[in-house]
Amino acid sequence: MNIQPKLMYTKTDEWFDPASGAMGLSDFAQSQLSDIVFVEIVVAVGEMVAPGKAIASVESVKAAAETYASVSGKVIAVNEALAGNPETLNNDPYGQGWMIKVEGADASSLMDATEYTKYCEERAH
Amino acid sequence: MTYIPHSPKEREAMLTAIGVKSLEDLFKDIPSKQRFPKLDLPPALTEMEAAAELGELSIGNENVRTDLVSFLGAGAYNHYIPAAVDHILRRGEFSTAYTPYQPEISQGTLQSIFEYQSLICALTGMDVSNASHYDGATAVAEAANMAYAQFRGKRNRLVISPTVHPQYRETLRTYVQGLGLDLAGDDPNANLEAGPEALEGLIDGNTALVIVQYPDFFGHVYDFTNLIDIAHGKGALACVVANPTALALFKSPCEMGADIVVGEGQPLGIPLSFGGPYLGFFTTRKQYIHKMAGRLVGETVDNRGQRAFVLTLTAREQHIKRERAISNICSNQGLLALAAGVYLSLLGQSGLRQVAELCYHKAHYAAEKIGRVKGYSICFDTPFFHEFSVCCPKPVSEINEHLLEHGILGGYDLGQDYPSLKDHMLIAVTEMNTRDEIDALVDALAEVSHD
Repeated sequence: MNIQPKLMYTKTDEWFDPASGAMGLSDFAQSQLSDIVFVEIVVAVGEMVAPGKAIASVESVKAAAETYASVSGKVIAVNEALAGNPETLNNDPYGQGWMIKVEGADASSLMDATEYTKYCEERAH
Repeated sequence: MTYIPHSPKEREAMLTAIGVKSLEDLFKDIPSKQRFPKLDLPPALTEMEAAAELGELSIGNENVRTDLVSFLGAGAYNHYIPAAVDHILRRGEFSTAYTPYQPEISQGTLQSIFEYQSLICALTGMDVSNASHYDGATAVAEAANMAYAQFRGKRNRLVISPTVHPQYRETLRTYVQGLGLDLAGDDPNANLEAGPEALEGLIDGNTALVIVQYPDFFGHVYDFTNLIDIAHGKGALACVVANPTALALFKSPCEMGADIVVGEGQPLGIPLSFGGPYLGFFTTRKQYIHKMAGRLVGETVDNRGQRAFVLTLTAREQHIKRERAISNICSNQGLLALAAGVYLSLLGQSGLRQVAELCYHKAHYAAEKIGRVKGYSICFDTPFFHEFSVCCPKPVSEINEHLLEHGILGGYDLGQDYPSLKDHMLIAVTEMNTRDEIDALVDALAEVSHD
């Protein structure tokens, strides 16, 4: 499983990059969903997001899921390219698979890579 | 064997939890004498007796195959249905038309649905068709639902032409009442001759969808290209409610720029049957496929590389997406979609066009003759397909009673839905009406006028 050391994670399997303000779906989440065939970002630039607010709707061949904001903040960018290439979420969840970027976010309540690795391992059993 | 999953102990626990002593207590609001009333039914009949009695009762019915000549349309049309349609429908392989979740054992059903979808796409010109809705009215309502979801609830206005079928508009009102949508244009007192231009001013930046009918409820044919351009200019989607027979003859709604094309599939090999069951078809452009309700069958290859069919993009449906699904509709009219598929494949492109041409020419022959009968006039100076409105010298109900005496089922009373069209009859003519029958209608109408 791919868990990036510099990112922060939520219990609902989203990641957040404190350096860039980007957030998306973790590798664990994409592997659980299997082949993703649809993604729609449901927030726009300028909107405020907060933990628990849905930022994207994702459908795979067998399941559907909401992606929630990992932190609070104002949306400064949306990955428009994702809608046309939903498989990016499977292939590159931490890179081209970013969903939105926010500014002024506080990530201190999130799990770091070590904690998240443990969290994923617990659920694997 | 009766399968009751709950043990007496479990039932007792449930009753305790809701605070009642016995199952009987749940029904105590119903007066005891109404609970198990004596029904005073006659003794049971044998099959032979029951068949005789039902046969006797059915003599009271008159149908358009053997008893009456029909000029009634208004959304349901009397077309010829080739015998092969019924023959294929009755095949045992198709009699369990329920959702073919397991492709391993459902290739025949899946292929028939895929072919239906392909034929409907060819007819409308659109990219994708679902495997049907209950009828034209619910297909219209689902179009509104889809457009509302497309804008994530941020656009609250629907613009609908008053010349969309009154029952479709009624169904739409029922569907959208909980969403708090503003339905603009839904006014039976509006100027019905105004054409698509009348809707232009109603489309604003808050409009999710513009809905028009083609041909409209009065049989009129308009080119909606300009209206759809205006809708798109405001960022709205456009839905055309089309008669599938007419599509064989006229410019496709896709060419006009429509985002959604829906309609009543009954004219495609489905009998009138007292108003149902019918079939709603629903098509859209590929970019909106994930917002579309209903079943969808796709073509793929199996693990041996052979062509195969499978239900696809199912994660958008409510059995997976639950309360976040755009629609709660994922059932379809499987057997009726099959009928439409068989009908279309039997007639082919030229056959359907021939049906449409016959309808068109016979309707125009009828309109021309009726227009010359004293007391009657053809209202609206607009091109029409196979249906037209006649201004009558007497109430439509009175005229229809007279026609019935001549074995003719008269047209639809437009005054029921449009106050300004009191004493106006909507007459439909299809390939089923012979020249003699049309002449008989004209003569019978003339008789009423002379009374």
